[in-house]
Amino acid sequence: MRWFWIDRYEEFIRGKHATAVKNVSLAEEHLHDHFPGVAIMPNSLIVEGMAQAAGLLVADAIDYNRRVVLAKVASAVFHFDAVPGDTIRFRAEILDLKPAGSLTKVTSTVGDRLQGEAELFFAHLEPGEGVPKLFESEELLRWLDQLHIYEVGRDESGQPLARPDW
Amino acid sequence: MPSRDEIFEKVKSALVDALGVDEDDVTPGATMVGDLGAESIDFLDIVFRLEKAFNIKISRGELFPEDVLSSSEFVTDGKVTPAGIAALKARMPFADLTKFEANPSVQNFANTLTVEDMVKYVASKLGQ
Repeated sequence: MRWFWIDRYEEFIRGKHATAVKNVSLAEEHLHDHFPGVAIMPNSLIVEGMAQAAGLLVADAIDYNRRVVLAKVASAVFHFDAVPGDTIRFRAEILDLKPAGSLTKVTSTVGDRLQGEAELFFAHLEPGEGVPKLFESEELLRWLDQLHIYEVGRDESGQPLARPDW
Repeated sequence: MPSRDEIFEKVKSALVDALGVDEDDVTPGATMVGDLGAESIDFLDIVFRLEKAFNIKISRGELFPEDVLSSSEFVTDGKVTPAGIAALKARMPFADLTKFEANPSVQNFANTLTVEDMVKYVASKLGQ
């Protein structure tokens, strides 16, 4: 299983907020293994999608100079199950950002219906805190490109995000 | 300046949100780790919430001195040395460390901090 729980960003405002989409497809393995015969998108994986949407927003805000790790799901509430055919739209917002960690709020919607809402807390780890290397730059850039971050992303002054030269 | 009760109510609200505990569990004498189940990452979350609730700035390690407790300078054989106790007292004048001093095992420290200590800490930051 590939651990990608967002398909692309639609909006990405550095240090502020971002919107990402996840299309739920019956072709996904976990939909068959979770509750056989009842294909629903597990909310635990929706939390992972929320974490990816918010985590990259945070990582970008600190210039990818620490590893951003989901440290805590401070709260999570879900209102209905997402199913194959649904497009889940995650909206992530940074509530607070410090060198050591960040607090974010993320909602998931399907159409105009609020599906879930969570507060996610990220720790920012430096190399040496159990982190041998921050990331493989080529691999990370490929992922960021696939998510369209540098197509839709804007910095604080509304200018397109510069693609890092790692 | 908020009253002590007002501080307690806001601290309680921060702890309920950060730790997912019931309001009734957050009593002045409740220990942060033993009674309320706080883990180390929760202290960072609590710092965020207290800063916002009281408009104060809290430096890393000020509320929970993990650097002292993991320092080879201040810890020997799993116990905090007299120099470490002095460092803790200097760092945390708001906390009552009397019980901890009697058995200064690092593991015991987790059960030292109480909700009341959090209230005293915030009051000290607010200059009360």
